[in-house]
Amino acid sequence: MNLSRDQLLRAYRQMKTIREFEERAHAEIMNGQIAGFTHLYTGQEANAVGVCEHLDHQDTIISTHRGHGHCIAKGADVIGMMKELWGSAEGLCKGKGGSMHVADIEKGILGANGIVAGGPPISVGSALAAKIRKNGRVAVSFSGDGSVNQGTCFEAMNLAVVLKVPAVFVIENNYYSEHTNISYAVGCDDLKARTEGFGFPVFVADGADFFSVYDAAGKAIEHARSGNGPAGVFAETGRFHGHFVGDPQYYRADGELDDLRENSCCLKNFRARVDGGGVVSAEELDAIDAEVMALIDEAVSAARAAARPTAEQVTEDVYIQYGSA
Amino acid sequence: MPEKTMRDAINEALHQAMAEDDSVFVIGEDVAGCNGSPSGKVGEVGGVFGVTSGLYKAFGPDRCIDTPISESAIVGAAAGAALVGMRPVAEIMFADFIGVCMDQIVNQMGKFRYMFGGKSRCPAVIRFASGGGFSAAGQHSQSMYQVMTSFPGLKVVIPSNAYDAKGLLLQAIRDDDPVLFFEPKALYQEACEVPDEMYTLPFGEAAFVREGDDVTVVAFGQMVNRAAAAIDALEADGISCDLIDPRTSSPLDEDAILESVEATGRLVVVDESPPRCGLTADIAALAADRAFHALKAPVKQVSAPHSPTPFSPELEAAYIPDVEKIKTTIKEVLA
Ligand SMILES: Cc1ncc(C[n+]2csc(CCOP(=O)(O)OP(=O)(O)O)c2C)c(N)n1
Ligand SMILES: [Mg+2]
Repeated sequence: MNLSRDQLLRAYRQMKTIREFEERAHAEIMNGQIAGFTHLYTGQEANAVGVCEHLDHQDTIISTHRGHGHCIAKGADVIGMMKELWGSAEGLCKGKGGSMHVADIEKGILGANGIVAGGPPISVGSALAAKIRKNGRVAVSFSGDGSVNQGTCFEAMNLAVVLKVPAVFVIENNYYSEHTNISYAVGCDDLKARTEGFGFPVFVADGADFFSVYDAAGKAIEHARSGNGPAGVFAETGRFHGHFVGDPQYYRADGELDDLRENSCCLKNFRARVDGGGVVSAEELDAIDAEVMALIDEAVSAARAAARPTAEQVTEDVYIQYGSA
Repeated sequence: MPEKTMRDAINEALHQAMAEDDSVFVIGEDVAGCNGSPSGKVGEVGGVFGVTSGLYKAFGPDRCIDTPISESAIVGAAAGAALVGMRPVAEIMFADFIGVCMDQIVNQMGKFRYMFGGKSRCPAVIRFASGGGFSAAGQHSQSMYQVMTSFPGLKVVIPSNAYDAKGLLLQAIRDDDPVLFFEPKALYQEACEVPDEMYTLPFGEAAFVREGDDVTVVAFGQMVNRAAAAIDALEADGISCDLIDPRTSSPLDEDAILESVEATGRLVVVDESPPRCGLTADIAALAADRAFHALKAPVKQVSAPHSPTPFSPELEAAYIPDVEKIKTTIKEVLA
């Protein structure tokens, strides 16, 4: 795989930024600083980054309730996101949406989404627009192992094939939908095969390995971009936290979390892979770590100091214009 | 009498109904929890709000059924099982998810009996956690019961306290029509006295939470406590109010509301949903239509504004009607 030095450094920085954003969000939620329901992406960073490194701001993504990682990977402003989690009027969505609704349309981020499988049909619409306009863009939707069981997801996959649009369906199997294991909720033995049954190719990846995801996503995106219709990525991954912050995680096996953090960490895997290769050094990665920590600190300070919304703002932005001008 | 939270009261009702009647079963996402999981602790979760806690252990996998994330299929399965004689109680976690399964509720379950010429029964109950108060933003905070009230064929229940919740749920399960049961999630931890034994509360019979002479206040769900607090605070000013909690919006106890308005001549209606085509407008119209002669002041509605629910805590606090807003409005109709 031919990744330039810059690309490698950038991919690592993105993954590290997501990791530290999430770990800090976790700490701040435990401190009572962030309200609402927050679902952390820690552990799955390589999936978002491995996919989004193939996209530019013209391509779109649509995310899920576990959306911070996808949004950061697609270029969302980290400080604006932190302000949004804080519910500030300066947040990326003016404090109206919070964690579950981070969006930045200009950057092709069509939103995190609080409705499981709310995203895939919308992504098909973005792909349809790309097909009609013949502009070579692709539309990526992220789904979980639970989300793929929703009718809207099935409908979107079939419609994408029928219309032969450049939609890419990324399925992140972290083995759980809330407290239920995939072995219960997905009735067949082979989710990849089930997905391919819709009539598009699905490329498999190790979701703890940036290079593996980058490779699989590259094939899927290339397939869609070249006018061959939709494609999929199926990645096995693990989330290092509970479903939501505060989840007692009764479903885990003993030692499962320790094992995940030890053996399925995309940052460790990345370092091991590039170590000694002579392209990027451990010191360079350490320097990125320090810069990321500083950025996250800055984001939290900015969020703490940011303007709070006022009551009049409740009814702003419901419409562009309501009634006669 | 023992005090119980609304969560525990509903849970107790489910345990008792399932023990009493083999045709009652519970179905939904994580109502047991941990199915297929390596820990083997199936049943440990009992619903994301803990309302179905212990049912799996007590009644097993055939009667406490976890599903994939498939709301249309959950409601449809409940409706179908009910159509052939079972009494399912389905859980749709957040009321907002009605958006995903609206057809099965509205076009299917709610219309069978009428479209089939009165020849069917569909004794299904669908439970939802509704309403705001958690900074859960636009897709996890809606009441939805005001929308569902407009569909003939569905009964709509909105308990405002643990005692009512138990009695109304037992009635819902025994009821032969489809019932939508909305549990204001802000009230799950609120406790009051709840008898251990089974009892039912009839649908279409309002509760008088306060009795007074000057103003009739009608409030639903989460707003009942706030309206009571507003009314209690106004006592010092020599103002007394009837506070009516209809408990079911379909059927609606119109007589209770009209009789009270006849006596007080003033009406304030409180709900946390947006105002258009909602319960406050519905009840205001009822008074305008049937008690206009008795009114001494314009009817006032206290509701959320015509906007989705915002995330930010400050914005949400401004969005959901508070005690102050209810007090001010009661004073307005007396001015
Ligand atoms: C329509 C709908 N049903 C249920 C939920 C509640 N819910 C939120 S996330 C989730 C599990 C999703 O599992 P998965 O798709 O595997 O994503 P993961 O959480 O693992 O990232 C559920 C059931 C929801 N938000 N929307
Ligand atoms: Mg999952």
